Amino acid sequence: MTGQLNKLGLDRRTLLGASTFAAVGLALPGLARAQAAPVKVGLISVLTGPQAALGTHLRDGFLLGLKHLDNKLGGRAAEVVVIDDELRPDAAVTKVRAAIERDRCDIMAGVVFSNILAAVIRPITETKTFLIGTNAGPSPIAGRGCNPYFFATSYVNDQNHAVLGAAANQGVEVGGQNKVIRRVIIITPNYQAGRDAAAGFKSTFQGEVMDEIYVPLNTTDFSAELAKIAAARPEGIFTFMPGGLGVQFVRQYRQAGLDLPVLSAFTVDEAVLPAQGEAALGLYTGTTWTPTLPNEQNARFVRDFEAQFNYIPASYAAHAYDGAMLLDSAIRKVGGNLADKAALRTAIAAADFRSVRGNFRFGANQFPIQDFWLARVVRRQDGKFETQHVRKVFENAVDPFAAQCRMPAM
Amino acid sequence: MSTHLLLIQGLNGLQLGILLFLIAAGLTLVFGVMDFINLAHGVQYMIGAYLAAWIAAGTGSFWFALLLALPLALALGLLLEFLVFRHLYDRDHLQQVLATFGVILVVNQGVKLLFGAAPLQVPMPELLSGGIPIMEGLLYPTYRIAIIVGGLATAGLLWWLVERTKVGMLVRAGATNAPMVAALGVDINRLFMIVFGFGAMLAGFAGVLAAPILSVEPGMGDNLLILAFVVIVIGGIGSIRGAFIAALLVGLVETLGRSLMPDLMRLFLSPSEARQVGAALASMLVYIAMAAILAFRPAGLFPVRAG
Repeated sequence: MTGQLNKLGLDRRTLLGASTFAAVGLALPGLARAQAAPVKVGLISVLTGPQAALGTHLRDGFLLGLKHLDNKLGGRAAEVVVIDDELRPDAAVTKVRAAIERDRCDIMAGVVFSNILAAVIRPITETKTFLIGTNAGPSPIAGRGCNPYFFATSYVNDQNHAVLGAAANQGVEVGGQNKVIRRVIIITPNYQAGRDAAAGFKSTFQGEVMDEIYVPLNTTDFSAELAKIAAARPEGIFTFMPGGLGVQFVRQYRQAGLDLPVLSAFTVDEAVLPAQGEAALGLYTGTTWTPTLPNEQNARFVRDFEAQFNYIPASYAAHAYDGAMLLDSAIRKVGGNLADKAALRTAIAAADFRSVRGNFRFGANQFPIQDFWLARVVRRQDGKFETQHVRKVFENAVDPFAAQCRMPAM
Repeated sequence: MSTHLLLIQGLNGLQLGILLFLIAAGLTLVFGVMDFINLAHGVQYMIGAYLAAWIAAGTGSFWFALLLALPLALALGLLLEFLVFRHLYDRDHLQQVLATFGVILVVNQGVKLLFGAAPLQVPMPELLSGGIPIMEGLLYPTYRIAIIVGGLATAGLLWWLVERTKVGMLVRAGATNAPMVAALGVDINRLFMIVFGFGAMLAGFAGVLAAPILSVEPGMGDNLLILAFVVIVIGGIGSIRGAFIAALLVGLVETLGRSLMPDLMRLFLSPSEARQVGAALASMLVYIAMAAILAFRPAGLFPVRAG
């Protein structure tokens, strides 16, 4: 047994040595003909565990973008290395390092969850590799921690929550007429993003917050909280229940016969609507994008996405699709030369592509300046459920943390 | 807090307790009789829920799903026993924990491959989809009451099986002293198989019952498994009666704690602190209760094992 192990170890070492030689040997001529080699993009997403549905949206969105670009980015052949972060920061860092050092990825993209982004952003940007975040947008990275090698095609987390606070002030449709929501109960999971959500909502909401309920992140039964909400008789509910939490919350909300307007973020979207079904009908969400936004890019994106993957895309897919389009435009601008980092950064910052969201440009902190919508869950003619935009709440919104960003030199 | 609210929370606690009992009953027997730590027991619960989702999607009927999912859950449980668990009975606990943890990973991933990572839903049976207005603005779903009734009936049946039948007698004897039962000429392996299969089916039953109110997703059994272990430790390993009492206790403490703690803390702290501290304390409450009970009764409420 030990002998075998030793032998294996030796073999592996020999192999490692050989592959290093091969890598060095290949890399040198590779540098000379950099133009001909494909652009390698490391796409980080969560593809195992309970939140894998979100990661699947992100991955498929990016891959559809590449397909629309004939598998080229800026005219150069492109190759995607899909990295499953397993929603474990340590695993993500190990895999990301391997992608940059071993697989020699030129650019990284993706990342669904904020805690993964917080873990991988330094290991990536310290190697002077660009990271295009297509979903997570924690406020520290938009503010004090802004980074010349990081661009986001998504949003700052707080913004989607702030949309709902503003929407409540303006009023939402209740029983056929517009009603301003003055008294709400906030219910979110008891972790950082949950508390940020409550803070984001309160940053714009002008009415009274009657109570804030924090539930454990692994809650499966909300009946205790729903009873509490019914007893307090608020005019509306604000909630943030991502993934499976949202499925349970929304279905139990309906089963309990509650009929208050629900303002939610990341709770009802196309990733969980198939499981929520009818229970989610009429619930509000604050978002940057819906499948129904009327522009040519979006229509094509949604149509082809459904045709290829057989499900309706969520914002995770839309932002990743935009990420692919952004990279294409930037690499085209620099003529395929990825070695000049400063030029590449200027090219990315130009955001010279047509977003599925319509308005899109980058602010000084390299986060988007874009519109935010109030949207509502509707049933399509084919019986499937999707979010439909109701009205624009913020136009060309700059995130509230941009002012804190002192962009460091490259 | 009004009495209505307390009544609702009590019912909620009872309903969580019943689900926990169905999972813990199998777990405590397998642990008690076979001295086998099965971390993968939560997987049986998930399998039950997925079977229900699969059959309900195919036939459109919850009742059909309930009827078919039980024998299928039993068959899958026995298959796992035959393929994996059988080879672990004679090993030490660490190896059992490692191997059954591996089973969790494999089955969770397998379910994801077959059904996808997105959560599934099971429609509620038409007959039970209504609600009972307990308090203004809030319906108590009939289905949840049905869970409580169904669970209590199952508990009664289980009590009868364990206390009043010959197999039940052997199971109790096995929990007290398995080697002695084997020495008396009982085919202990067959007994193990019956216990294991029955436990798997009960957990599957819990999964089917929970499917219409919870989301059916990979890894859904893992959270409940921890609570189920708390239940069997509090109740006394190997004791069905202990599991029943402890399950209701844990269900009530968990539910009432979550709704009362923040209000209770408000008596001492400012509202925002009370929310944070209350929520944190509420999630610890079950474990604090377990520690307190074990301090006074180290073998649990209803210890079974002799010596």
